[in-house]
Amino acid sequence: MPPIKRENEHDLRPEFDCIVQTVERGSRVLDLGCGDGRLLARLTEEKEVSGRGIEKSEEFVTKCIGKRLSVHHGDIEDVITNYPDGIFDYVILNKTLQVTHNPRAVIKEMLRVGKSAIVSLPNFAHWKIRLELLLTGRMPKSPALPFEWYDTPNIHLTTIKDFKGLCRREGMAITREIYINNQSPPIPEALVAALPNLLAEIGVFVLNKR
Amino acid sequence: MAVIKEHGEFPVIESAKGSVGIVETRHFTFAHPPRPFTFESGESLGPVTIAYETYGELNEAGDNVILIEHALTGSAHVAGRHNPEDKYPGWWDVMVGPGRAFDTERYFVLCSNVLGGCYGTTGPSSIDTKSNPESNPKSDPKSGIPYGLRFPLVSVRDMVRAQKQLIDHLGIKRLRSIAGGSLGGMQALDWAVLYPEMVDSLILIATAPKATPQSIAIHKVGIQAIMDDPDWNDGDYYGSNIPRRGLAVARMLGHITYLSDGWLWEKFGRKHIEKQSDERGFGSKFEIESYLDYQGKKFVERFDANTYLYLMRAIDLYDASAGFPSLVDSLTRIKCRKVLVSSFTSDWLYPSYQSQEIVNALVANDLDVSYCEIDSLYGHDSFLLEHEKLTYFITNFLTSLG
Repeated sequence: MPPIKRENEHDLRPEFDCIVQTVERGSRVLDLGCGDGRLLARLTEEKEVSGRGIEKSEEFVTKCIGKRLSVHHGDIEDVITNYPDGIFDYVILNKTLQVTHNPRAVIKEMLRVGKSAIVSLPNFAHWKIRLELLLTGRMPKSPALPFEWYDTPNIHLTTIKDFKGLCRREGMAITREIYINNQSPPIPEALVAALPNLLAEIGVFVLNKR
Repeated sequence: MAVIKEHGEFPVIESAKGSVGIVETRHFTFAHPPRPFTFESGESLGPVTIAYETYGELNEAGDNVILIEHALTGSAHVAGRHNPEDKYPGWWDVMVGPGRAFDTERYFVLCSNVLGGCYGTTGPSSIDTKSNPESNPKSDPKSGIPYGLRFPLVSVRDMVRAQKQLIDHLGIKRLRSIAGGSLGGMQALDWAVLYPEMVDSLILIATAPKATPQSIAIHKVGIQAIMDDPDWNDGDYYGSNIPRRGLAVARMLGHITYLSDGWLWEKFGRKHIEKQSDERGFGSKFEIESYLDYQGKKFVERFDANTYLYLMRAIDLYDASAGFPSLVDSLTRIKCRKVLVSSFTSDWLYPSYQSQEIVNALVANDLDVSYCEIDSLYGHDSFLLEHEKLTYFITNFLTSLG
């Protein structure tokens, strides 16, 4: 896997680069929780995908329509159940798994409607988070997890180890894993990849049915 | 600047700039005997006249046509005015014109009155040119007797097939888009399954793949009110007293279904009307009652009771999945490049779940469809009132077609 190029230091979404690199040219793509459509727009432009998004916010759906993207307004957990089997090559869930009510059902649905799933998630076992909880005794915050505990959409936070465990239990093969660390001090990528549960801020996983 | 005309018959928004100006309704007649038009019911009728209006110019390639379908009480008069003194412009004037959602500087926009209608297209109030005036003392000896209930039952499919005759006559081979709300959306969807090679895209607003039992029930009350009117006379009221009381009541009920609880609170609340003539009895005391009185009164002046029955029945009978195991199977015939579907949160007559059913069936058929549920207070009428949001969506959608 070539090194992830980050466009600027303040770009908090280097996982976009990962995802764009992973998706094959001309694929059929579904982006769950596509926001204002920026990932879909990049995929359309750089990889000529035939893409669509599902998005809950009317404001973001409006932005997607403004970008001339295909978007389905609704809750990803409801909408996806209406889609037939295997119509997508890739189903993407980018930093949204921890927001869903039933994460296990979501990734199962992803691999029902798609041949491959790409899931990125913030790692709650990152050493800085462990240290903050240990030292301060308070719910940790980070650039990836900026919210107050009482005012957060993140209801299903997990660790890289736990996520991989879930995939194993559900009979899903992880065909690619990419680990991202944006935080200072910078740590060699090889080391992050060797100790991801401790050193990776974000994990990006490509899943297929076993 | 957009201004909502209050106390109008239906909500009409006017923009100061970008109007199509003065327009005229034209007519096309076809199905002259011995080749009458055959309805789905098996009955035939001819000749058939279609009233229509166009705005903008057809381009050289003939591929910039946008067909707009009207709803239950609409007409071919979508935009502009017939005369400068007209109180109101067409029913969707704010959406059609230079620089508007259906930009008449880029597109040739067209709308026709549905088969069975009463705004220039042949319907139950039209004169049966083959009738014998002498057989009916009430009829005009010069022209003949209106069809009344001798007019065949009309389906949405019949409306589309009749409109296709007009499209063929105008030399149009392909439609860039067909747009419609409510009954208009049903027609648009039916076009796409019946003539898939001709339809490039669809814009479906506040519509449904089939009438709900609730919708049928509401129509039943309206139908019953008209038929129970002492002047109804089995639809044979032309030249005599029209069933105005029944039609007014049907319209009042219809009107309630186009609004929402929230909007009624905001617009009327429990306000009393100032001058009440009938203190002791059951005449109108509240402003909402006075509003319904007014709506009923204005409606009977402009709409034919028989047409109202025929069009409500057409909606009741419409089922986009008819003849197929499911809606998904039915919509496999569609070959549009793109579809835009929109519904409104407060619309309880054409609720969002029905639009979502269409969207899911289109996705299952691998069609490029976008859907938005617009947060709105206005109920089903939102499709006429939420023009800013709809203009944004439609402008981007049409541009994305290339």
